[in-house]
Amino acid sequence: MRRTHAATLKIASAVLFLLCLLVAVPLLINATGRSDLYYTLTSVALLSIISAGVWITFYIGRINIGQGAYALMGGYVSAILVMNYAMSFWLTLPLAGLFCAAASVLIGLPILRLRGVYFAMVSLVLTEVARLLALALPITNGASGIVSIPLPSRLSLFGLTLIPDFATLANPRLAFYIASVLLMALCFLGLYRLAHSRIGQLCQSLQQNEELASSIGVNIAYLRVIAYALSSFLGGVGGAMFASISQSIYPSSFTVADSVNFMLNCFLGGLGYVLGPMLGTFVLYFGWDLLFQTGEFQLLIFSTVLTVLILVLPNGLLSLALPRKRSL
Amino acid sequence: MEQVIANGLYLGAQYALIALGLTLIFALMNVLNFAHGQMYVLGGFVTYAIYGQLKLPFVVALLCSGVTLAIIGALMEKLLFRTVIRRSKREESTMLLAAATAFFLDAVMLLLFGEKQRGVPKIISGVFVSERVILPYDRILVGVIAILMIAAFMLFMQYSKPGRAMRALAQDRVAAQLMGVKVERYSMIGFALGAMLAGVVGGLLVSITGVNSGIGGPISIKAFLMVMIGGAGVVGGAIAGGFILGMMESVGLTVLREYGDITYLVIFALLMIFLSIRPHGLMGKPWG
Repeated sequence: MRRTHAATLKIASAVLFLLCLLVAVPLLINATGRSDLYYTLTSVALLSIISAGVWITFYIGRINIGQGAYALMGGYVSAILVMNYAMSFWLTLPLAGLFCAAASVLIGLPILRLRGVYFAMVSLVLTEVARLLALALPITNGASGIVSIPLPSRLSLFGLTLIPDFATLANPRLAFYIASVLLMALCFLGLYRLAHSRIGQLCQSLQQNEELASSIGVNIAYLRVIAYALSSFLGGVGGAMFASISQSIYPSSFTVADSVNFMLNCFLGGLGYVLGPMLGTFVLYFGWDLLFQTGEFQLLIFSTVLTVLILVLPNGLLSLALPRKRSL
Repeated sequence: MEQVIANGLYLGAQYALIALGLTLIFALMNVLNFAHGQMYVLGGFVTYAIYGQLKLPFVVALLCSGVTLAIIGALMEKLLFRTVIRRSKREESTMLLAAATAFFLDAVMLLLFGEKQRGVPKIISGVFVSERVILPYDRILVGVIAILMIAAFMLFMQYSKPGRAMRALAQDRVAAQLMGVKVERYSMIGFALGAMLAGVVGGLLVSITGVNSGIGGPISIKAFLMVMIGGAGVVGGAIAGGFILGMMESVGLTVLREYGDITYLVIFALLMIFLSIRPHGLMGKPWG
């Protein structure tokens, strides 16, 4: 009985949070006239999707600093499909994700055998590989990138307009904001389900001890490829959405620094909590934005605050709010 | 071809020194030091300030680079890494800390030295010319100093008391502690030593290629590559990795020149294949 009560509470708070984001935030922004906040919040939503991917790899005990590679890949896949094949953006969004997932299976099969620092270093190198590939391949148009990608077009099902053409909207920023928030909600819902499912439990067993898990009969090779593919899927979707918002993609759109940031988002929010990546992204991105006024001292203050945060709360921000949730 | 090999050896000697510092810190503390490239750049800037601007002898500048970075490394270990390792539930949190310190060092250098490319006057002028090989004397000197330092470092690790203590620590932290090794002190010394190596290489290289505040990240990536090739936490591996990468870069730049700027792409692809066959590098411990 108590359990169902807690579950209802959780669902209610999640719905309330979503309503807040979808209704209250736009109203507030309208009232204050700070429409630039839409872009910031949209970025936070998308970056937290990409970071959620990194979080999944953390869940199987791998430190993933290669998410930028998949975000870049997703962005390019979507951009190329829209530009060269005149596909609808909404169709390319899942395609970009699937392409990244497929690529990650190929890449993951060899490198997921690595552990700890080795995997971290290889994945870091992967981001650099993606950037160099984008520079070298003919289809990605080298350093000048792909620019003036059209806004997402109308999506209709049986003549019923599901999503209007973004180019005809009075405020495409708001539309992007809502689309991103919905995507984020979907992503974290999936993440929550994953973490609390059988596969999630198995993933945790990988995090603790792979040999032991394998000896009990967990198919670790299969499981970690699946987790990595999911992670890359999220990276690809986030990257594709980003390319569409900025209407451009360059080899330098996602660099090593971004990959490190995705990892930092997860760490900062707390690795033991599903909502960790979201909170971490929000704090890091907004902190960085707020510090913009300090000019040349931006990076100095930012890194100092970050260092202090790590010293005080090495297990993530959420460990402050939920200290009793996990005793281990 | 001899020219290519000479270039490769010269590059490799420096790369090996950079990788040595990184691998030492990793072996002792299990910390992947993201800030290693930044430490290298800082060392370069210290030498630039003392040799290039104050016009003091190059040796003094090099010593200052080493000492400054050693102090910074020791402080970082004592104040930051030790605390986080003690408090954190997961060892990986140190990675976050390392990334934050990398940002911090970047910011400090940007404020102190600006974003311009900085160079210093040549240490010695003149070029060594033989039938097959052309090498400027300062490059030869830097290469020789680097090789001497590698030798000195290995002798230090092999025969001195701190060196022995650090090797014991790298093998088994708990066992070393039980045998009476002062774990905290030697962790600090090790971190300082690793940072010092990075600083000295930075100081050496500023006399040849110059330095700017943006190259820290790429240098870190190269250092990671070398450590991966050789195996993390193994001194011999770092040296081998450094020379291999230096050689590949030198050969690649010559052989692949007509295909454009793809040397590193090829190196990365080779590395992926290599790691899928041998996940822990040439000499690394499995699952280091």
